[in-house]
Amino acid sequence: MTSERRVPSRADVVVIGAGIVGNSVVHHLAELGWRRIVQLDQGPLPDPGGSTGHASNFIFPVDHSREITALTVDSMRQYEKLGTLTTCGGIEIARGPERAEELRRRLASATAWGVPAELVGPGRVAELVPFVDPGIILGGFWTPSVAVVDPLQAGALMREQATAQGALTVAAGVQVTDLRTRRGRMSAVCTDAGEIETDTVVIACGVWSPRIARLAGARIPLTPVVHQMIDVGPIPALAETGTEIAYPIIRDMDALMYERQSGPDLEIGSYAHRPILHEPDEIPSIEAAALSPTQLPFTQEDFDPQLEDALALFGSILDTPGAGIRHAINGLLSLTPDGAPVLGETPEVAGLWSAAAVWIKEGPGVGRMLAEWMTGGDPEIDPHGADIARFYPHQRTPAHVRARATEGFNKIYGIVHPREQWTSARPQRVSPFHARERALGAEFFETGGWERPQWYESNRALLDEFGDRIPGREHEWDARWWSPVIDAEHLALRERVAMIDLSAFAQFDVSGPGALDYLQHLAMAQVDRPVGRLCYTPLLTPGGGFRSDLTLVRLGEDSFRVITGGADGARDRFWFTRHLPADGSVSFADVTSAVCTLGLWGPRARDVLSACCADEAGDLTNEAFPFGTARRITVGTVPVLALRVSYVGDLGWELHAPFEQGLRLWDTVAEAGAPFGIVPAGIGVYGTTGRLEKGYRLMGAELDAEYDPVEAGLALPRVKSAEFVGKRPYLAARETGPAATLCTLTLGAPAEHADESGIPRYPQGGEPILTGDGERIADRKGRGSFVTSAGSAPSLGSYLLMAYLPPEHAVEGTRLQVEYMARRYPVTVARVGRTPLFDPDDTRMRS
Amino acid sequence: MEVLVCVKRVPAAGARVPLTGDGRDIDTRHLGFTIGPHEECAVEEAVRLVAAHGGRVTVLAVGPAECAEQVRYALAMGADRGVLVDAGRSDPDPEATAGAITQAVRTLTGGEEPFDLLLFGDCSADAGHHQVGIRVATGLGLPIVSGVKALEVAGDGLRMRREAGDGVEVYRVPLPAAAAVREGLNLPRYPSLPGRLRARKAELRTVAVEPEPGGLRTVRLRQPADDRAAVVVLGHGAAAAPAVVDVLDELGVV
Repeated sequence: MTSERRVPSRADVVVIGAGIVGNSVVHHLAELGWRRIVQLDQGPLPDPGGSTGHASNFIFPVDHSREITALTVDSMRQYEKLGTLTTCGGIEIARGPERAEELRRRLASATAWGVPAELVGPGRVAELVPFVDPGIILGGFWTPSVAVVDPLQAGALMREQATAQGALTVAAGVQVTDLRTRRGRMSAVCTDAGEIETDTVVIACGVWSPRIARLAGARIPLTPVVHQMIDVGPIPALAETGTEIAYPIIRDMDALMYERQSGPDLEIGSYAHRPILHEPDEIPSIEAAALSPTQLPFTQEDFDPQLEDALALFGSILDTPGAGIRHAINGLLSLTPDGAPVLGETPEVAGLWSAAAVWIKEGPGVGRMLAEWMTGGDPEIDPHGADIARFYPHQRTPAHVRARATEGFNKIYGIVHPREQWTSARPQRVSPFHARERALGAEFFETGGWERPQWYESNRALLDEFGDRIPGREHEWDARWWSPVIDAEHLALRERVAMIDLSAFAQFDVSGPGALDYLQHLAMAQVDRPVGRLCYTPLLTPGGGFRSDLTLVRLGEDSFRVITGGADGARDRFWFTRHLPADGSVSFADVTSAVCTLGLWGPRARDVLSACCADEAGDLTNEAFPFGTARRITVGTVPVLALRVSYVGDLGWELHAPFEQGLRLWDTVAEAGAPFGIVPAGIGVYGTTGRLEKGYRLMGAELDAEYDPVEAGLALPRVKSAEFVGKRPYLAARETGPAATLCTLTLGAPAEHADESGIPRYPQGGEPILTGDGERIADRKGRGSFVTSAGSAPSLGSYLLMAYLPPEHAVEGTRLQVEYMARRYPVTVARVGRTPLFDPDDTRMRS
Repeated sequence: MEVLVCVKRVPAAGARVPLTGDGRDIDTRHLGFTIGPHEECAVEEAVRLVAAHGGRVTVLAVGPAECAEQVRYALAMGADRGVLVDAGRSDPDPEATAGAITQAVRTLTGGEEPFDLLLFGDCSADAGHHQVGIRVATGLGLPIVSGVKALEVAGDGLRMRREAGDGVEVYRVPLPAAAAVREGLNLPRYPSLPGRLRARKAELRTVAVEPEPGGLRTVRLRQPADDRAAVVVLGHGAAAAPAVVDVLDELGVV
């Protein structure tokens, strides 16, 4: 393999970094036909001094995230193919009951993502790892496929293969001094060994990534954080195995630690100590580092409290005479604001890609994902949870990254509820209604930095009226970050009317002579409709999966408003701006911060709006203002763009108003609505109960790049003649039919989903759907069936689950099972496809 | 046997030692701290002596409160008691350090059994003045042997050996005595987990002394010329084998 300090003057792509990620990226780029790949690293090979060199190198495949599990399983396959994987098994153990419950949830994720695993008792744990004291544990989650890998060797082999293909030049000991851009696009990489002209650069620099990205004016939001590790040995009982690893790895989850054999030593790592953050600019150079730049001096006092936990569990060998702490480091790893990797093209600079904040367990999978993404725009594994474009500007600031990394560090081994909210760096973005909402006792959830009321404590009185129709949630886990008030707000909306703050929508104005063609090219639905008409449309990936779904409003011949969810607004903005034509025929403006939105829905919505909308455009009858249209009206003194549309399936409007008049809009509607019993309702209704009753799909839950519109039940009767992204695979999907179809399932009577204590349980999403016999269900593409969304349906008096099911199970009336916390409960397929369970003809919404 | 081991908190630097802007100090902002290898051997030797002959090991460090980290490290290796000597200044020179230790020893032994043996590292890992042990021994009127590579109890005293050119010098020393030992004296143990837990909870005694002015002043520190190893590619695949053999031959390993 060629490795020197001379660099070529031109390259098709420059990959910066020769850790597991960079090595994997060059390998997969070469596999996909890229040539003239140049790989740089400031350090020497094979261990340039980054986090790959000091990682503990074990892999537990199961994660609650489907995307992360998929990346991990793919990585294990690759490590194995390279001969660098040793299977040893692994056990996550529980000391306390809360963790035991979490392990049951873990099992559900394992089943959902297709990783064999089982729950075992303390005796079995001690059989597998005889040094563990079974007396202090309640049980374990045993995953036989857990393995250790050699990422340095794997990386060397990957570089070798790419070099042998004639695709790769490696230059080690080379410093990147600048990244040059021209008109917002990469143009060259400057190094202390020469300049390389290139329009594509991948930053795979681990903890240094933010520093390198900044050279091009881009931000990679991560921070180096310390993870402490010690090696204790020599331990004769381990030494006599004569091998690197003979016993399963233990993750002592309650202590936030792990213990693994490493030859004659026991390696102990901790995520329990205080968060210790570093600055990318202050990482020592290779020469100045005592061990390596990412192995910082051990701070003993931070680790000391963990010693007792380790001794309690492993006292039988840690207390061996002669065994001591032979090695101890503060190892640096990368942490992001939400804990997920940072992958994809940076929003700031075209052609500049990030491949950062990746663990050893995901490295090779990330390499493949990124290479596919760079090559065809469409990785096999949906990347939305790791997409660098997911971050809004405030989320890319160092202050935000530090705050969330500090808060997130102890969550690495923590028990994190799926609805758990972050507490730091809040509030960031507040709607103009915020003051009123606070006064009403709103419980705020955060989306994209927006503070959104999930429910209002002021509505607790509604429980007197509706309480008998609202089943309580006796189990604390099911009721965490939830309130029965949500269901009460729902029923108040369905019976009367409610107002919902939707200011978190991301909104874009697209205009100009090329606007129609531009949107036609991105949207699956027909965009060329009369002025004043709305259009709900999926945006597809090149592979025909979902990239987004959103609403378009034709405001004029050449002007459109795009309205999309706050959670995905940053990614959508990136998608729209990257596709803008170069000829200037389309202008794009992000008007999110200029527009606030109030939803007004319920059978009395027309009465309320009529009472405060008395001008000449105020004919709100169904004939004058039918469903699916938009009009400019005046509410009190506030000019409003009103859209006759609903995500909760009831009569009403989205009212879009100037941000600065938002408070006036809120007060006007609230006052006009008072005689009709209006209440504010939260996102608990909008995003879950109302939505699920209507079978509406949610981007990131039901919709992602791994499913197509035919499967999601969103295929349209006709395919428009205009070309659009993903059209060909969409046409193919219509021909072949769905491998799985999105269905709505119902839980049975409370007794049917009661646990061993007789408490009815409520799945929260992510659980596997099994056959009536308890067999895992997977479709012909290998995708397991799991709960994409779950929530109560107060108007139906039931609890709904959405899941993709293969054709043999996607039959209404079929009895299946859902596995929740290691118990199985019967469910019934209530609906196949998109027809809502509630008001299936949409009579209410269209009245 | 009552043994006192003196240790110094020193920065653990990499290949290149970072200096402060004025060039008078090591820039320790990103460095960890440790005790030097000679002192690790001194602690190890003391622990072994006491294990074999009874008594206690006391570990002492002069300097700021952070020195507790190094004292506790020695406690984790098996020392019994820890003493911090607050000399009132952050970096005393060898003369001031020796003065502080001498005063502290007098304080510690006032009314108690005197120490039978004082152990020092031959020199500190950072400054390397080779003075403190000798100055303390002189101050206390004790015999001292420096550069000690072997040490054993012999009768009422100790037998110590040190390398001298191609030969070996052997000393018989009556107790109480002092020794400045060198790396290689023994193979120091790693601190055990139970030892570490004990050390963490141990109470350290702080002894205040009247600082004496030293006579040594650091003018400037300089980085040695950059002699970063250059990577030489010897060849590729099997063709590289003869060159590799030549290198191994040159190193005398084949």
